[in-house]
Amino acid sequence: MQPTLPPETAAEPESFVLRLYIAGQTPKCMRAFANLKRICEQYLTNRYRIEMIDLLLDPALARGDQILAVPTLVRRVPVPVRKIIGDLSNTQRVLAGLDVSVGAA
Amino acid sequence: MQHSHNSGASVRAIAKSPTGIQGLDEITNGGLPTGRPTLICGGAGSGKTLLATSFLVNGAKQFGEAGVLMTFEENSEEIASDVASLGFDLPGLVEEGKLFVDYVRIERSEIEETGEYDLEGLFVRLEHAIRATGAKRVVLDTIESLFSGLGNANILRAELRRLFRWLKDKGLTAVITAERGEGTLTRQGLEEYVSDAVILLDHRVTEQVSTRRLRVVKYRGSHHGTNEYPFLIDRYGLSVLPVTSLGLTHEASVERLSSGVRELDQMLGGQGYFRGSTVLVSGTAGTGKTSLAAHFADAACRRGEHVLYFLFEESPHQLIRNMRSIGMDLQPWVDAGLLHFEAERPSRAGLEAHLASMYQHVRDFRPSVTIVDAVTNLLSVGTQNDVRAMLMRVIDYLKVSAVTGFFSSLTPGKNESEETEAGISSLMDTWIVMTFDEVDRERRRAIRILKSRGMSHSNRVHEFALTDHGLRLKDGRG
Repeated sequence: MQPTLPPETAAEPESFVLRLYIAGQTPKCMRAFANLKRICEQYLTNRYRIEMIDLLLDPALARGDQILAVPTLVRRVPVPVRKIIGDLSNTQRVLAGLDVSVGAA
Repeated sequence: MQHSHNSGASVRAIAKSPTGIQGLDEITNGGLPTGRPTLICGGAGSGKTLLATSFLVNGAKQFGEAGVLMTFEENSEEIASDVASLGFDLPGLVEEGKLFVDYVRIERSEIEETGEYDLEGLFVRLEHAIRATGAKRVVLDTIESLFSGLGNANILRAELRRLFRWLKDKGLTAVITAERGEGTLTRQGLEEYVSDAVILLDHRVTEQVSTRRLRVVKYRGSHHGTNEYPFLIDRYGLSVLPVTSLGLTHEASVERLSSGVRELDQMLGGQGYFRGSTVLVSGTAGTGKTSLAAHFADAACRRGEHVLYFLFEESPHQLIRNMRSIGMDLQPWVDAGLLHFEAERPSRAGLEAHLASMYQHVRDFRPSVTIVDAVTNLLSVGTQNDVRAMLMRVIDYLKVSAVTGFFSSLTPGKNESEETEAGISSLMDTWIVMTFDEVDRERRRAIRILKSRGMSHSNRVHEFALTDHGLRLKDGRG
């Protein structure tokens, strides 16, 4: 991350805290993780953090983020919280869901 | 083969889990199918959530079975306050570990969908809740909400099918509520997946009068009542009113009660009405029906018994004043707490509400005699059939409680058909008709007994007068 930015970019691009809820290492969940990793590397280089939560290990956590579908990706930061469900196979939709402007990347 | 074996005939009684809801367990011969899902469908405000919650609360409190309430529409606080009026303390049960409430909220606007998913999160939450409480009962209210929250109906259908299978495999007695659809039982066709038992709730408002009805549409492997049964939601919770809860097995008393009019007792086999029986007194306006009711009340109070008097036409004050004119003072009985009036405008509430109120007062006051003056007033809030059905339930309840019921009925006009009486008289043990006719330019009051089960009674028409000393027959020899 550059300490100084060109003047046209008003502010430093925000960091993303993402939480991926899975339930066991199913193909769907693993696919979602791989897709997420790839998208983040490409569009959110150096400004993202992924937390993975396996609901089979921490079932009580499902309530807090109102998780129903698996896999579910929750954008915790920046607020407001947004959710993307599914295996994240459509990159454009994932970016739209995360509200990442591709042009600025 | 030595024995012919007919597998089709070996009906194995299926296990049932009582709902604890008065009447429903009778209709279903014991409750909902244990270890299987039951679908409860109905329109908005039909009482689905209350029925489902009652099943859980009663399970936890009366039958030692913990429960999980997974709610998709209201949060825990909202549900708790909804059912608090029925005397259910959800937070208390949650505290005791007998109930687990999980509110599942889905906000479509904040969810983006891309690619495949399943509802494992829902399963995880359910499993967690079931483990935390050791639940045997589960309610999903209303799981159909998922269809408006999530876009992929195919995934949802497959997952719901899996969920119901899962509940069954775990041996959980589940209640799934669903919104009524157009021409179908449920909007999303859940009846296709949940087919062990289906209960339909209906809430109709006809001429500003509300009626709730319940029907068991399907109950695999079990006999069940197929009628539409009225049900009530009152401060005692939910109760379904089976047509005949007593199954005609109540004990008929041989004890007799004075009608309060000596000569009428003579006409009634010399001893009066049977205790626990039902008496119908019909006649046109001003024939003396209320006077006869008052006599009966007075006689019961003299014996130290309690009388509950439902009054639809006048105020208690008015009635007491009028009875003083025939030399009867009911006020001391009121003061002594033996006579209790319930004066209500019939139009104030629907039939079911009247029924509920009657049940409550009989339950609370525990009278030995209940008077309804006049049942025909109820016709202003219901059809003849509805009133008859309601009376049948009142009578059932009175008989089971060994309360003697006295019903007055206003015959519309002299020459009009006695349709109402014909409808309800079959429910009555004794039927007395009072008339006020002009004979030879003289107005004459007369009374006759049309029927009185279980006794030899007078078949003659007897003239009577309303005197300073009450109702007096001119010829009381029977």
